[in-house]
Amino acid sequence: MVENFEPNIVVFACNWCSYAGMDLAGTSRIQYPHNLKVIRVMCSGRINPVYILEAFANGADGVLVTGCHPGDCHYISGNYKTRKRIILLERLLEQFGIEKERLRLEWVSASEGEKFANIAKEFVEQIRKLGPNHIAKELRKEVAVV
Amino acid sequence: MKKVVTIQPITRLEGHGKISIFLDETGNVKDAYYQVVEFRGFERFCIGRPVEEMPIITPRICGVCPWAHHMASAKAVDAVYGAELPKTAKKIREMAYNIFYIHDHSAVFYALSAPDFVVGPDAPRAERNILGLIGKIGLETGKKVINARMVATKLLEKLAGRAIIPTCAVPGGVSKPLTEDDRKEIEEGAKKLVDFSQFTLKIFEDVVLKNQKYLDLIMGDVYKHETYYMGLVDEKGLVNYYDGKVRVVDPKGRIYTEFHPKDYLNHIGEHVETWTYLKFPYLKSLGWKGIVDGETSGVYRVGPLGRLNVADGFATPLAQEAYEKFKEILGKPAHATLGYHWARVIEILNAAERVLELSKDPDITGKDFRVPLTNTPSEGVGIVEAPRGTLIHHYKTDQNGILTDVNLIVATTHNNAGICMSVKKASQQLIRGGNVNDGLLNMIEMAFRAYDPCLACGTHALPGQMPLDVCIYDANGRLVVEIKRP
Amino acid sequence: MNKPRLAIIPGANCAGCDYSLLDLGEKVIEVLMAVDIAYWPTAADLKLEDLEKLPDGSIDLVLFEGAVNNDETEEMAKLARRKAKNLIAFGACACFGGIPGLANVASKDGILRKAYIKSLSTVNQQGTIPCKLTRLDGIELTIPEFLESVKSLDQVVNVDYYLPGCPPPLKLVAEALTAALSGKLPPKGTVFGSMKSVCDDCKRIREDKKITEIKRYHQLIPDPERCLFEQGIICMGPATRGGCDAVCPTVNVPCRGCMGPTPGSQDQGARMLSALSSVIGLEVETGVSDEEVRKLILQVKDPLGTFYRYSLPKSIMRRVWGVRE
Ligand code: SF4
Ligand code: SF4
Ligand code: SF4
Ligand code: FES
Repeated sequence: MVENFEPNIVVFACNWCSYAGMDLAGTSRIQYPHNLKVIRVMCSGRINPVYILEAFANGADGVLVTGCHPGDCHYISGNYKTRKRIILLERLLEQFGIEKERLRLEWVSASEGEKFANIAKEFVEQIRKLGPNHIAKELRKEVAVV
Repeated sequence: MKKVVTIQPITRLEGHGKISIFLDETGNVKDAYYQVVEFRGFERFCIGRPVEEMPIITPRICGVCPWAHHMASAKAVDAVYGAELPKTAKKIREMAYNIFYIHDHSAVFYALSAPDFVVGPDAPRAERNILGLIGKIGLETGKKVINARMVATKLLEKLAGRAIIPTCAVPGGVSKPLTEDDRKEIEEGAKKLVDFSQFTLKIFEDVVLKNQKYLDLIMGDVYKHETYYMGLVDEKGLVNYYDGKVRVVDPKGRIYTEFHPKDYLNHIGEHVETWTYLKFPYLKSLGWKGIVDGETSGVYRVGPLGRLNVADGFATPLAQEAYEKFKEILGKPAHATLGYHWARVIEILNAAERVLELSKDPDITGKDFRVPLTNTPSEGVGIVEAPRGTLIHHYKTDQNGILTDVNLIVATTHNNAGICMSVKKASQQLIRGGNVNDGLLNMIEMAFRAYDPCLACGTHALPGQMPLDVCIYDANGRLVVEIKRP
Repeated sequence: MNKPRLAIIPGANCAGCDYSLLDLGEKVIEVLMAVDIAYWPTAADLKLEDLEKLPDGSIDLVLFEGAVNNDETEEMAKLARRKAKNLIAFGACACFGGIPGLANVASKDGILRKAYIKSLSTVNQQGTIPCKLTRLDGIELTIPEFLESVKSLDQVVNVDYYLPGCPPPLKLVAEALTAALSGKLPPKGTVFGSMKSVCDDCKRIREDKKITEIKRYHQLIPDPERCLFEQGIICMGPATRGGCDAVCPTVNVPCRGCMGPTPGSQDQGARMLSALSSVIGLEVETGVSDEEVRKLILQVKDPLGTFYRYSLPKSIMRRVWGVRE
């Protein structure tokens, strides 16, 4: 484990449930780790796998995707699609040499502020154990066009 | 005085092969190296891929003989699944493969071999290309050549979507059945191709065989190597490009060994040198003795000459007739490296006859064009005769059909030692006392070109001029003499 | 009269792009008549020095064929850029890395060791591996050195146009050559191909059905009329740029993506991942457990090697990282 490693985490949160849940955590003063960069999307189904790949390529140590519980998606099936994407993406990340544990999908409703905080803590710890994602640095070395 | 002559087909920086010749203190040739500078690593990066994908991945090994990889690969996958192909499937594959033979061999002959002979080995450089060739044989003939190639191209497109990088063979058969209309079109095309091949053979006979100077050149010592030969033969011992058992004959022409494709590892080993990306296959029972010919060396040659030397003949009448003449003049086995050209022309005829035969076969429009592969996959070897020689694909998979090991021995690799020897011998005969002249270029080029080395792919498509530079460097690598083509 | 100058320069290629030009038939002759060949190893006896001698930027059109995978092809790419007024990445290898780009699943060392030491037929107790420089008797023999990662042309130099496909469809080649020779090249950055996906060119019948089982291509004989993907066979059509007339699906073979990503998407695999996620599964997935979905999805055996068959070096991740072999 790297000393003083503060994981850099990107969180994708759908507007209707998860972002609201996160908000709730904030307003209820539930502590959750500060090293999260939250990106709000209209629906988890709108999270293009490219965003996640880009996050890892640009130095994210972990990516947390959150969405409405099954059956609750405001766009009916966005979260079902997301579930399939994430499973496939985990497999792909593994093939790329990125631990699949760096990517996580969770369902968080608007009322689950505490759940969100717990998930976030747990995830940060998990990533801390995994250590930094070195790929971004290596990738930058490769990018040099004449 | 120690000199290096470097001949780099195409250029110093690219091209897939180069030739370096070492001179000794007296300026005579001490050694010669044919270096292959290309390497892409298919054996490694195919591991982890689903084995059924191989027939579309491996044609990208070579855009000149994609069909050979396509077929060897499909056969290896069939073997991995222990599949028995329905007869229609087999026949469509064989027919497509024979059309490809005509497509490829004829391009090689007209663009590469013919200019040397028709225009003349010592004709001015600028004329020794396909345009010069057309000048000699007439525009009508030139058009005929282009048309024949287009016939073959169209037929291949019919069978495989496109002529280059095909999608015809699939594991367990072929991608689609043939309709009666397709069949008729192929039969029509095949008739034209038989005519065209006879015409091609006639050009060769008229121009080359009737010219004593050329005959002497072919039979002369400069281009001769007594080696073993390898090639596929069918159950009757006749030339077959698509299927059969591997036969090896010794330099005396006696059958040295015969084996089933799956046993190739018992017979073939590969030696590695640091100065080339191409390995050196040899007969394991004789061992690697270096780049030398003769009965005690494991070096063997493949390709048109190899096939004619191992086989007892051809299954089609016109080719068989031509083969008799070939044997009569060059002997059997024919050790004359330039005999490759002649053998190639006979094979075009054989392939065309075979296409015509198959196009009339009632099975060809059968409905059993493909079987699903359901057995548990494990290991398989697929061997075909690529135009340039025996091509081996060997795959191992886990029980899900994911590749765990891949071994490939491509046609030109078998000839690696042969090419090195031919280049060395030709240069030894021509470079004396440090004297290098333009004639040398062509002579060496001819030695090298007879094999039509696939790894110099790009060089043999259009006017067939392989640009060569000869640079002579002194011991410090300083350029002393440079001979350039006009 | 000043004819436009044309050069075709090969990198890590199979020569298929170049060779397929022959199948343009008479068009080849037309092109040859209309241009001055500055360099084209296949067709003309011109040397690297001839190319080097030309003023920078003086070749109107350079087609670069092949990926960049060793130090010498890298130099050639740079030379091509210097001399070219318009540089076209010719074929999938040059555009996206192509099949040779799959080498990015492995390490350089692993690739060499596999081919020269661990291959089944190699007899090599000393562990000899080809290397850049060999000294024999005071004389030096050199061969190029393999790079750590294979690159697309535009990862080495700036590229003006892209002509994808493996090999590029002849009608697109003709289109590009005609445009260049008549001085009517489209805006820089243009990819020759359609603005839609392979599916848009494909004649197979789609019913917008979900698939509940992924089938491997060798396991079944597909219905010749219906969409292959909807029959459970992974087909890259939805994630691939059109322009090839969907030749592969037309002969019952699934598309493998040689035309590269669809317009507007930068990562072909990510695009395919989305497409697959939309097609696979049940109509209603309420009550279906994560485990069940996982089982279904994991039928996709080799997503990386399939989704990025021709575009691994050009993907966001570019290669497999930390390979241990
Ligand atoms: S794009 Fe395809 S045809 Fe062209 S060089 Fe690459 S592998 Fe060969
Ligand atoms: S997925 Fe494949 S078979 Fe289906 S429409 Fe698209 S290209 Fe055609
Ligand atoms: S269908 Fe797909 S793989 Fe086939 S040529 Fe078109 S883009 Fe390439
Ligand atoms: S709106 Fe929340 S997942 Fe679709």
